[in-house]
Amino acid sequence: MRSWVFFLICVALAAGVFGCARLIGNDYAFFAGYVVLQFIVLAQAWNILGGYTGYVNFGSAAFFALGAYTSVFFHKFHPLPIPLLMLLGGTVSGLAGLGMGYLALRLRGAFFAIATLALAVVLQTLMVNWSYVGGARGAYVIRPESVWLIGNYVHYLFLLMLALAVLAITTARTIERSRLGYGFATIRDDELAAEACGVPTLRLKLIATTLSGAFMGMAGAPFPYYIGYVQPAAAFGLDYAVNAIAMPMIGGTTTWIGPLVGAILVASLQQWATVTISSELGLLVVGLLLVGFVIVAPSGIVGLVQKHFSAGASAASLGRKAKPADTP
Amino acid sequence: MDLLLNALVAGVLLGGFYAAVTIGVSISFGILDIVNIAHPAFIILGSYIAYILNTRLGIDPIVASVIMLPAFYALGGLVYQIYHAAFERYGQESLRGLAFFFGLLFITEVVLILAFGVDYRYVEAPYIGPSLHLGVVDLPLRMLVPCLVSLAVFIALQIFLSGTFIGRAIMAVAQDQLALQLMACSPTRIKRIAFGISIATASIAGALLVVIQPVEPSIGREYIGRVFAICVLGGLGSLPGTLIGAMLVGIVESLTSTFYGPSWAPAVAFGFLLMTLALRPAGLLGR
Repeated sequence: MRSWVFFLICVALAAGVFGCARLIGNDYAFFAGYVVLQFIVLAQAWNILGGYTGYVNFGSAAFFALGAYTSVFFHKFHPLPIPLLMLLGGTVSGLAGLGMGYLALRLRGAFFAIATLALAVVLQTLMVNWSYVGGARGAYVIRPESVWLIGNYVHYLFLLMLALAVLAITTARTIERSRLGYGFATIRDDELAAEACGVPTLRLKLIATTLSGAFMGMAGAPFPYYIGYVQPAAAFGLDYAVNAIAMPMIGGTTTWIGPLVGAILVASLQQWATVTISSELGLLVVGLLLVGFVIVAPSGIVGLVQKHFSAGASAASLGRKAKPADTP
Repeated sequence: MDLLLNALVAGVLLGGFYAAVTIGVSISFGILDIVNIAHPAFIILGSYIAYILNTRLGIDPIVASVIMLPAFYALGGLVYQIYHAAFERYGQESLRGLAFFFGLLFITEVVLILAFGVDYRYVEAPYIGPSLHLGVVDLPLRMLVPCLVSLAVFIALQIFLSGTFIGRAIMAVAQDQLALQLMACSPTRIKRIAFGISIATASIAGALLVVIQPVEPSIGREYIGRVFAICVLGGLGSLPGTLIGAMLVGIVESLTSTFYGPSWAPAVAFGFLLMTLALRPAGLLGR
């Protein structure tokens, strides 16, 4: 399937989702749906770097928070429309991702992962000490009551996040099927060999970190308007980092379907647990699922399904081969 | 001048404590190549166990941590067994192993929050209040005792690693597993023992932490970067290097919080880490 056909199908599906949500008309559906969509974007973004090139990023929360804080900054400085803020947040986080990519120049595997953790804490410390965006106390962002053409502001945010999710999914799928994707896969499988074969690993890694960071930043940009109050401990929370890793890991990291399935499942589960039991328990379930899947099913749900089908297919082909022998 | 002197002394004491926090990672990450980013979570677990034993039974937190050593050793052995069976055996430790330990870190934290809430917890011991005065320098016993205990642990481990057969086998695992096998020694068993020891040190480090400051479940996160910064700074797996790295980070952090304010202190270790990784990845005393 061509990328633009896929994109159109995604857009149609998204329009359907939005239409259904409007028909249900329950504001909570929009609130919960926004979080699920946000995690779809985060999971796809993490997967572009973590799943395709094999570099583990523990600092997802930092990129997300950078996007959010870009919005807070401009909210105080000069209010701008949210799509523009998303672009700005994406740019800032993308640049941070580029910087992180230059670290990847020297660091491999575990060191890179630890460096991303370090980056997150350095950025958090900066935000805690920057009083213009609220410092440790946090900042209030009052969202407008309604917006032109759509009405309810939460519906507007939902629509924006839906569009971003479509963009992220299409980008991930396009990358996967392009030269870029094959380049990423060579880095994941054997970076040294890839480099020896003339794959421009450094440039590819920089592209991956920048893209991944930019999408996380874009996901974070509308966050202050959604939540109404941003403080460093919440925006840099470990639960974003864990979710961003857990979702692709649970879904399956090698294709765009994995993060999508993982994000929808895990985020919905968490929303459900938050409403019915407690959000801590929801997080505990995510942690347990992550560890369980990593140990038992390394290629995630997608891998399990594929294994099931390929087992069925090979059994069927064996059956076909066996038949002529039975009836000479 | 007095301020500077006091900050330096406080830094050395803090560094001594950081050495205890880092030594476990020096063994697991530095020697065994197991990226145990969940180590700080085990330390917080140690803090909470020391807290329970202290408030319920009135045992001194450091004594309590020594009592709990076998339990932590066993826990470490168990974690290593799972890690080995699921990842190390297949040579897939990098990405999935990291996610595994990250998950463990998160689970420990959330379980502690579910069990104890997010309130700060503290212990009581005779040496928590008073301090010694040497001229203009204050030596709070709250910091001095952890520093001394930490140095004792350090010396004991150094003697163990360089003096006993198992200790030397642990050092050998880092260098040549095949040679170790030829000496009729199972690398897996040696690694299990070493990882057990590394987690056991978390028990003591946890007790020291709760003596120094009140703890809450998510405090461990701050220590992830600090611990790895020190470990990398000291040159992976070198115990004297770890001690020097810990002192260095302790002193710089103490100076930063004295002269710029405590809210900047967490960035110091990470700045150190980023700089070390970028400029001298082998560390100060790298192999």
